[in-house]
Amino acid sequence: MSQPLLSTALNLLLHALAVLLLPPLIPGLIAKVKARMAGRTGPPVLQLYYDLAKLSRKEAVFSRTTTWIFLAGPVGTVAAVLVASLMVPFGHTPAPISFEGDVILFAYLLGLARFLTVLSALDTGSAFEGMGAAREVTFSALAEPALFFGFAALAKATGSLSLAPMLVGHGLTPQAQGMGTAAHLSGPLILILAGWSIVYLAENARIPVDDPNTHLELTMIHEVMVLDHSGRPFALVLYGASLKLVVLGALLVDLLLPRLAHGWMNWLMFLAGLGGLALAVGLVESMTARFRMTKVPQFLLAGVLASAFAFLLLLV
Amino acid sequence: MSLYLAAILLAALSGVPGLFLKRRGGEVAAGALTAAALLGIGAALRVLLGAAASGFPGTSVATLSLPSLPLGSPGLLGLDPIAAWFLIPVLLLSACGAWYGTRYWEDPHGHPGRVRFVFGLLVACLALLVSAAHAWVFLMAWEGMAVAAFFLVITEDRLLETRRAAWIYLVSTHSGTLILLGAFALLAGAMGHWNLGPLPRGFAASPAGTTVFLLFLLGFGFKAGAMPLHIWLPLAHAAAPSHVSSLMSGVLIKMGILGLVRLVAWVPDPPLWWGVTLLVLGALSGILGVAFALGQHDLKRLLAYHSIENIGIILLGLGLGLVGKSTGHPVVAALGFAGALLHVLNHGLFKGLLFLAAGSVVHATGTRNLEQMGGLGKAMPWTSAAFLTGSWAICGLPPLNGFVSEWFIYLGAFRAMALSRWPWSVGVLASLALIGALALACFAKAHGAAFLGTARSEAAQRAHESPRAMLLPMGVLAATCVFIGVFPVAMAPLLDRVVAGLGEGMPPLAAMAKLPILTGLALALLALALALGRWLKGQQGAAANLPTWDCGYGETAPRAQYTASSLADSLVTGARFVLLPVTHRARVRGLFPKGTRFESHVPDPVLDRALDPAFRLGAKGLALLHLFQTGQMASYLLYVLLTLLFLLIWMVV
Repeated sequence: MSQPLLSTALNLLLHALAVLLLPPLIPGLIAKVKARMAGRTGPPVLQLYYDLAKLSRKEAVFSRTTTWIFLAGPVGTVAAVLVASLMVPFGHTPAPISFEGDVILFAYLLGLARFLTVLSALDTGSAFEGMGAAREVTFSALAEPALFFGFAALAKATGSLSLAPMLVGHGLTPQAQGMGTAAHLSGPLILILAGWSIVYLAENARIPVDDPNTHLELTMIHEVMVLDHSGRPFALVLYGASLKLVVLGALLVDLLLPRLAHGWMNWLMFLAGLGGLALAVGLVESMTARFRMTKVPQFLLAGVLASAFAFLLLLV
Repeated sequence: MSLYLAAILLAALSGVPGLFLKRRGGEVAAGALTAAALLGIGAALRVLLGAAASGFPGTSVATLSLPSLPLGSPGLLGLDPIAAWFLIPVLLLSACGAWYGTRYWEDPHGHPGRVRFVFGLLVACLALLVSAAHAWVFLMAWEGMAVAAFFLVITEDRLLETRRAAWIYLVSTHSGTLILLGAFALLAGAMGHWNLGPLPRGFAASPAGTTVFLLFLLGFGFKAGAMPLHIWLPLAHAAAPSHVSSLMSGVLIKMGILGLVRLVAWVPDPPLWWGVTLLVLGALSGILGVAFALGQHDLKRLLAYHSIENIGIILLGLGLGLVGKSTGHPVVAALGFAGALLHVLNHGLFKGLLFLAAGSVVHATGTRNLEQMGGLGKAMPWTSAAFLTGSWAICGLPPLNGFVSEWFIYLGAFRAMALSRWPWSVGVLASLALIGALALACFAKAHGAAFLGTARSEAAQRAHESPRAMLLPMGVLAATCVFIGVFPVAMAPLLDRVVAGLGEGMPPLAAMAKLPILTGLALALLALALALGRWLKGQQGAAANLPTWDCGYGETAPRAQYTASSLADSLVTGARFVLLPVTHRARVRGLFPKGTRFESHVPDPVLDRALDPAFRLGAKGLALLHLFQTGQMASYLLYVLLTLLFLLIWMVV
């Protein structure tokens, strides 16, 4: 009895540590990959940790236009995504909290983060931030159905409405189907992965939807919404963005990971998976140009269709 | 029961002293309505918490019967769990609205005394309606409610717009009443009496049952504002005084839902297509409602379109429940019904709150146009917070009450998907997800354009916070929203009791949804937010009084802000095939063009695009009859003669 309790406690601790400490590493990895692809040395992998440490010591500047809602954006985002992360299993390690219907809560907590970010952008009264807010709500209205069709497909495959069994118990990987690694991935899984990858790129403001490194405010989506944040609030914004990379990334990685014999192997496997995801994002960002703003809805619609077809495939 | 009757009487008479008093009439009315609310909600809670009876209406806990009545009926009123559930928002919102009205509607030109008097009558009619157990009681309360609401909508009758709204409302509501009269007559014909109660098995599948269902759908759909029948709703909600809009949107349109819920309770074996029809109607209302809301820049019209959207969500839940009931899946049925019923209460709370907050904004700025507002959050922090709470809840975001009811419907739809091979319920999921995302966009726009940024007009600059009598009712509603969202487990036993009356063998909610976990996570969210907020506050010396960084353009101009229309523009343009937005723009000519303006608005699809032209055309066609209307007595006598001749020939031959 004490053994499982101990391992549960240990897993909880590891989960909390992973959520709190790991995220800033991912943007660093992506930036490193991009730099290498471009033949540059690039900033150190730990750059975001240094940035956060510096920002938390710096003075914050507030516009006279802003109210308390300006701060609700970063605070709400980090709090909502942290709570949402409690429901996501990291690889085959069980999620700290898992119950029927937690999928919906997860999706709506991300919605809450978006709502507050958009409001805090509008609170500045700047035309540029309004522009970013308008783009954010438009594109997320398309990303949401893509996410939900994927959830519906996985719920159909597993007969469960809880993230943990849905993500790791869907039985669509070759290993689960007893075909060994030589067999192909099943069709629905490929489609869900495709649809959710698009959602992942859009929700995390990556190329080809948005360019986190662009210098022109007119073309930004996410970055332009946080132009006015500085100091600690901006540290929260940056940390929240990297947290989203990990939490949403876990959705993608979990779909593919095989179950291993030991807990520590599962953990390592998950970390390796996240690293692989960062590598993939870096490669995509190095090799594609960002779309014109008018093309983005079509790209997102492709994501919706991919997830919807995954659902249809599971019916036959 | 006597508590409840006393509450109705108090409500009906609440406006009377105000007619004679020179001062304080509003406070007297509000006090009476508060007392009525306390009595009535007490009675309702007693029914909802009462000992577990079989729960079917007719076997209700408390009934009023007058056997000597010529109608020959054993029961006229019955406070069963369904009635009790609908009674709670009616009384809560009316008490809040009355207190709000004491400061909001005191201009002598607005006839405050008359408004209070009719308001009280409306509340009494609503309270009677929910518990009507006899067709004539139901129809009379229905008619009383419709007429009282008409008088409230037309309060500001010097405005052309208001008169138009009120007349359209009157015509629609009477069309609905006529249809309902037919439906109840059919029911009475089939049952042999005018009492409302359980229908025999097999009735639903019979032609009479089909007709009754369709008539109910039409008649109650008019009142609820389901999508093609919503024509009166945006106009009337925008034109009425805000505390009346709050009551209308919060509970009056729910009486349409009440009618459908009653039908669900009476029919033991609903055919599958009933539920499917409700689902289709719900998805249509939900998606189109929020899409049209996106295109509005009149704050109250925007909220009215959101009422259509929320009626859509309620219909989705109800349809899901009906399908579950007819296919014999009590889990799906219970989740669908519970979601719909809880959303009835929730929507009453947060939409009431939103209309009151919108009323404060109109009160302070004198305009309903979002493009004239901006930056009100600084002058009106409490109103802004109230509107934010309402927006948060209506978008279904955790941890407020809107999330809980939508969550039930989601759960029901997921369960339904696992049960059958046919994937219809994925349509419910996709609709709800899309509605959620669009509602978020729309309320980010509404709250952002009204309260955030800087003032776009003189009026918005001069805005002031509302008096306490207006803020307090908003506070009560907001607190209720938060309470239900954080402690949904408190609502579960009450809901169970109502749901039990809608079908047999309904499992309790606690067994299907882990409600305590929601509480835990909500508290975790709060704790995290507080901790992070403290960390932010802990920062030393934040510089103040600096302008917003505008990318090197110098200080931001209020005119350069994103407006409500521009915020929603890409979504509206994306859906232009459905929304058909109308834009007016002047061509820019020459090297030194003159000042120009750009306007866009989204007209209503049914009223402005279909009915208005159709009626105009009809009026034109009927003008042909002027040919016969010569105005000369001789020709009229000729018509009479010809008619008589024709009849004579017809009878002889």
